[in-house]
This record gives sequence, C-alpha cells and structure tokens, in this order.
Amino acid sequence: MINPSTFPVSANQLLLRADAVSCIRQDRVLFEQLCLSVEPGDMLHIAGKNGAGKSSLLRLLAGLAQPDDGIVLYREKPLHDVISDYAANLCYIGHHSGIHEQLTALENLSFWRAASGVAPADDFALLAKLGLAGLEDIPCRMLSAGQQRRVSLARLWFTPCQLWILDEPFTALDQSAITLLQQHFLQHLLKGGSVILTTHQSLSLDYARLTTMEIAYRW
Amino acid sequence: MVMRQFLQRELRLLARQKADWLNPLLFFVIVLSLFPLGVGPEPNLLRLMAPGIVWIAALLSVLLAAERLFKDDYRNGVVEQLVATRQPLLSYVLAKILANWLSTGLPLVILSPVVALLLNVNQASFVAMILTLLLGTPLLSLLSVMGAALTVSADKGGILLALLILPLYIPLLIFASAAVEAASMVMPYHGQLAIMLAMLLFALALIPMAVISALKLNVS
Repeated sequence: MINPSTFPVSANQLLLRADAVSCIRQDRVLFEQLCLSVEPGDMLHIAGKNGAGKSSLLRLLAGLAQPDDGIVLYREKPLHDVISDYAANLCYIGHHSGIHEQLTALENLSFWRAASGVAPADDFALLAKLGLAGLEDIPCRMLSAGQQRRVSLARLWFTPCQLWILDEPFTALDQSAITLLQQHFLQHLLKGGSVILTTHQSLSLDYARLTTMEIAYRW
Repeated sequence: MVMRQFLQRELRLLARQKADWLNPLLFFVIVLSLFPLGVGPEPNLLRLMAPGIVWIAALLSVLLAAERLFKDDYRNGVVEQLVATRQPLLSYVLAKILANWLSTGLPLVILSPVVALLLNVNQASFVAMILTLLLGTPLLSLLSVMGAALTVSADKGGILLALLILPLYIPLLIFASAAVEAASMVMPYHGQLAIMLAMLLFALALIPMAVISALKLNVS
C-alpha cells in the first residue's frame, strides 16, 4: 500500500528534525530546547493555547524564520544549506489563506499551480469536489470565510510536495469539509507523505502514527 | 512559462483594480496641466521648464503607484507562502516589475505627445523626451518595486517609501532633464542617454535580487 518512490525521502529516512530549538518573541520565551522529528508517513499535531507559539514553531520549521537557539535539519542537514531542496519539497499554508480576494477561485488555483511547478489543468472537478461548484468564476471576496479556506486548501490536491505544514487548516471549515480534508491527509500519509499541523479541533483521524505535541503556554 | 502565468495574474489584477494605475496617470496629467495656469502661458518660459516639469511629475506619479505594489499579496499571505516555496520568487518579482512598468511607465510614454502640446515642446526635444522616458521609466519601476518590497511590512509605509527611493531617483532626474535640455538647444545628448542606459542595466541586474531579499526579510 505504501508507495514511497513518488517522494524524494524514502520511508526509513528522517525527513525533518528540530534539535533543541528555542524561540523568543518580545523578551518572552515561547519555547526552549524543543526537539521533534518527522519521518515519512508521520503526522504531527501541535497543540497549545492561543499565544503559546504554535505558529512561530511552524514558521521555524518552514524555514521562514531562524530559531534563536538550536537548529532545524532536513534529511540530517542544516536547513540553510539545503533550503532550495527543502522548499521544493514543502507545501506551507500559513495563517493567512494565500488567495487574492480580487481573483476568482480558478485564477487563484492556476497561480498556485504555476508557483508549485505543476502543469496547468482544469480545476472545475477539483472545486466541485470541495463543494464549490458554481462558485468558480466569482471573485473570492464574495465567498464566505469557509469557502475561501476551501479554495486555499485545494492546493493540497495537486501539490507534489512530501511535507505539508499547515497552520490552523480547519479554521472556518464545516464538519463535512473537515472530514474530507482528514481523508485526504490519510491518503497523503499512506503514500509516504508527512503532515505537520496546528489545530484546536480534536482530530478524528484513526491513524497509528499520529502524534500530538503540546506546547505549554509560558510567561 | 511560470513568469507568463504570473504576469497574466498581475495584469488581471490591474484590470480589476483600475484606481491603482489610473490615479497616478491622472495625477501626472493634472500636474502638467496646472503648470501653464500657474506660471503663466508664456511659450518660451514653458519650453524652458518643460524637461524638469515632465520628469518631476513622472517621478511623483510613479511613486504614487508604488506603495500598494506588494500590500495585498503581503496581507493575504501570498508573499509568505511564495517565500516558503522559494523557487518561483524570481518569476514573481520580475512579473511585478514588468506589470508595474506596463501600467505606470508605458502610459507616460504614450501620454507624452499631449505633454508636448501642453508645454510647447519643440520637435527635437520631443524626441529626446520620448527616448529618456523609454529608458528612464523602467528604472523608475525597478526602484519603486524595491522600495515597496522594503516597506511592505510597515503600517504607514508611504512616507518612508518616498524618503527611501526619492534620493535614488535623483541621478535619473538629472541626466534625463539634461538630455531633454541639450536636445532643445540642438546639442548632442547621446552621453546622457548612455548613462541612463547604464543605470538601467545595472539596476536590472541587481534589483530583482534585492527585492527577493527584502521580501524574505519582511516575512521572517
């Protein structure tokens, strides 16, 4: 069932590792000496209160910010040495949706197809699958928050990347979309992909390699 | 290929947000049409001042268009997620620069016959004016994209942007108006044009890299 050949990192290798990383924001230590590792097929759920530093941790892992101490390694090499390899294998969807309100769902998706190096294709079927049939051609500012989130997450259906880092992907989504997304996570994990995400929802996913890491809120 | 898609997106956005590029153009025309009213319709005086007036109005109108260049993409997370993907950043920046020139620089060149009428510019200086605008406006676009990238995370970045890039416009202003002035006195102006071309090529080689670094810095 597992078919690791489609991804650059095979099943028994280490994909991403954070070694004793610390993060300080405005003189407040969010977390220190934090260690984690992700292998292909792993799903990591980062939990914690508002302001605990979940998004900051994800940004460190995505290579968008530098840890104040410690190091992040991709395939056991420091991130800044292999950043272009790493970035090519990473799909990061942050706190903001990454879609332009003036563009339609189709236009936003074709932009992200080009940016992820995927051939242009017809996204009508994909959008219909996500419950956006009939809304493909209107500017995204007319869509509700949940529908915009669906457009943003549609990228996960065509990205070739192995590691997904998602900041609060379930925000504003309804129950059916959450179920659909979790099923899609499962497919990705079974193919040898990995998912790191933050959420305040409890994950209903029945998957043996799902680990939850709690970041304590500290002053 | 990727670049073409990105450029298409930028042009589509410009077509939907017309105020972004129409306002600077209107500003340019209004400033130029105010000068004959303000300093009096003396033809020789206007012809004398024309090079400086045209270029100052061009600088300010390009500056007006610069502030919003990256604002939307920064606010909705596109910039952050492109930086995380790294590889398409260069195409994105080049598409931004090209779209900015097509929407603010090129219209100035197209409007220049009207300007020549308003300011009583003779034929020799009119040719020089078009040539300097053709060489100079791409440089203006490059510099304003750089300024916009540097100030994208600043809340009220407008005045900061002006302070940052107006000094960089000054060499261009000096050589461009010198070229038009030389043309109006029927003197050769190849030297000025060559320097402007050199500045443009230098900026073209280095500014895209600077913009990428500025964007990376602003999301970290």
